[in-house]
Amino acid sequence: MLARVIESLGIPTVTVTMMPELALKMHASRIVGVEFPFGHSFGTPHNDELMLKVARTACEALEDAGSPGYHLDVDAEWPVPLEVAYKSWHPPRPSPIVARMLKQRGQ
Amino acid sequence: MTIDSYRYLPRSMKLMYEGTPPAEEPAAWTPLPKPLRRCNVALMTSAGIFLKDSQEGFDEAREWENPEWGDPTYRVIPSDVRQEQIGCSHLHISHDDLLEDVDVVLPIRAFRTLEAEGVIGSLAPEHYSFMGYQDRRLEDWKNVQGPELAARLKERAVDVLLLAPA
Repeated sequence: MLARVIESLGIPTVTVTMMPELALKMHASRIVGVEFPFGHSFGTPHNDELMLKVARTACEALEDAGSPGYHLDVDAEWPVPLEVAYKSWHPPRPSPIVARMLKQRGQ
Repeated sequence: MTIDSYRYLPRSMKLMYEGTPPAEEPAAWTPLPKPLRRCNVALMTSAGIFLKDSQEGFDEAREWENPEWGDPTYRVIPSDVRQEQIGCSHLHISHDDLLEDVDVVLPIRAFRTLEAEGVIGSLAPEHYSFMGYQDRRLEDWKNVQGPELAARLKERAVDVLLLAPA
């Protein structure tokens, strides 16, 4: 977790993440969770209201946290149906590691 | 609401992440050096963005040769970057939305607003991009890029770094 590396070098960090459970395991210092698809930490294109909501929560975490593992979640539903959003965050072709796994499974 | 960290993952990856043990290294903690309303804030994304006209993309060819390797380098993105300057080399996510509006991963407009409101002291003139698929032990980042970036942030009087894993 890069946040821990940077924080250990003397720079305070806040991490905005789709996977707050993993960030907690990796000992990030200040964590803001968003239930958004990958590649969209702050929202959908041109949705400045949603981006600002996430950014404000990050600032709240920076102001209020007093010890490592401080965690806030953003109360915002993703404005795209799950089945569409699930498919659309993936790259157009499987990544190298996924392609290798699929090949090993004979798919 | 309670966040489901695995909502957008395939089941096999969900099981892998659920089974990931906690990091062995202890948590690190650096307090804010001053109130946030006086802090200089920089942003960092792991979306693999770069400036098409002046920077190399991240090394996709080597990752195809060795799928367990990820390019550990980073790129500097100026605060006044224009959308048409943005390129992306990241083999694990769709580029469509960030190439339409880079603020979905690097929220410069939102933090400009917070700067104008006085919530933060200032938005730094430069931000940072790396490619989020990395060696799990982060050896390069611990030994090379991390110290290099921390020194760069301190030279530029950055007080806080916001990280946004893509």
